[in-house]
Amino acid sequence: MTTDASYLDGNAAAGALSQVFAMDVTAAITQCNGCGQTGVFAESHVYVNAPGLVARCSGCDGVLLRVVTTPSDVYLDLRGLTYLRLPNP
Amino acid sequence: MGIVSPGFSGRRRSGSELPPGQYLTRDFPVLSAGPTPHIRTEHWEFTVTTETGEATKWDWAALLALPADEITKDIHCVTRWSKLETNWKGVSLDTLLADVETSADYALVHSYGGYTTNVPMDDLLDGQAWIAYEYDGEPIDPEHGGPARLLVPHLYFWKSAKWVRGLVLSDNQDLGFWETAGYHEYGDPWKEQRYAGD
Repeated sequence: MTTDASYLDGNAAAGALSQVFAMDVTAAITQCNGCGQTGVFAESHVYVNAPGLVARCSGCDGVLLRVVTTPSDVYLDLRGLTYLRLPNP
Repeated sequence: MGIVSPGFSGRRRSGSELPPGQYLTRDFPVLSAGPTPHIRTEHWEFTVTTETGEATKWDWAALLALPADEITKDIHCVTRWSKLETNWKGVSLDTLLADVETSADYALVHSYGGYTTNVPMDDLLDGQAWIAYEYDGEPIDPEHGGPARLLVPHLYFWKSAKWVRGLVLSDNQDLGFWETAGYHEYGDPWKEQRYAGD
């Protein structure tokens, strides 16, 4: 298995996530629920040429989060994250 | 041999006959929700697991040894592009499932790389679905799902899972990668079933 360079960094998710979060999530600390790697969300690998946005762990390629925007709703799947750590405002 | 191939779709249709909300493309866009797996054919395996847990496996040589169809079909991506008269070669699911004992109603399709999608069994049989391994007379590029992908062209193309590795058959409908995130559980392009509830 090899990887390619078809992804962007986590900052590419800023727009989609601003639909849901009041705070800037790209600066948040995340822990991958798959491999346990902890890091800044902006360092994740984001795939946008897809039916939705998919952020993957830079360590294990596991899915951290998914965002699907439909005409009526935004679906946010965070099951790939153990936690998302944001500083208090 | 019949004079009409299983995939024959008639003379070229005009753009006005595209499903609603689709536009015609002559490119073949690459959509991907993750890194492209590069699976060597000597390591490739396809497994069908029934609702009783019985597994049937094919390796690459076994797949190529089966009778194959030349398939010409239009494909429709939920991101709104459609491509007409695409040419594939592959093995019909009718052939692969002929000796598999099952009464399951649903299949969850699994891919190398972890992708999944759900398809009713009724949509995988009767000449509607294939494990395709050639596109335009060449091995399928990894970016387009090679070495083998599911081809179920009457549904939106996210159902035609790239890098297919197996089917898990069930009496219950377990939703797949996009279906659990807001996309329609069935995905008929002619009914514009893009999102859950459409």
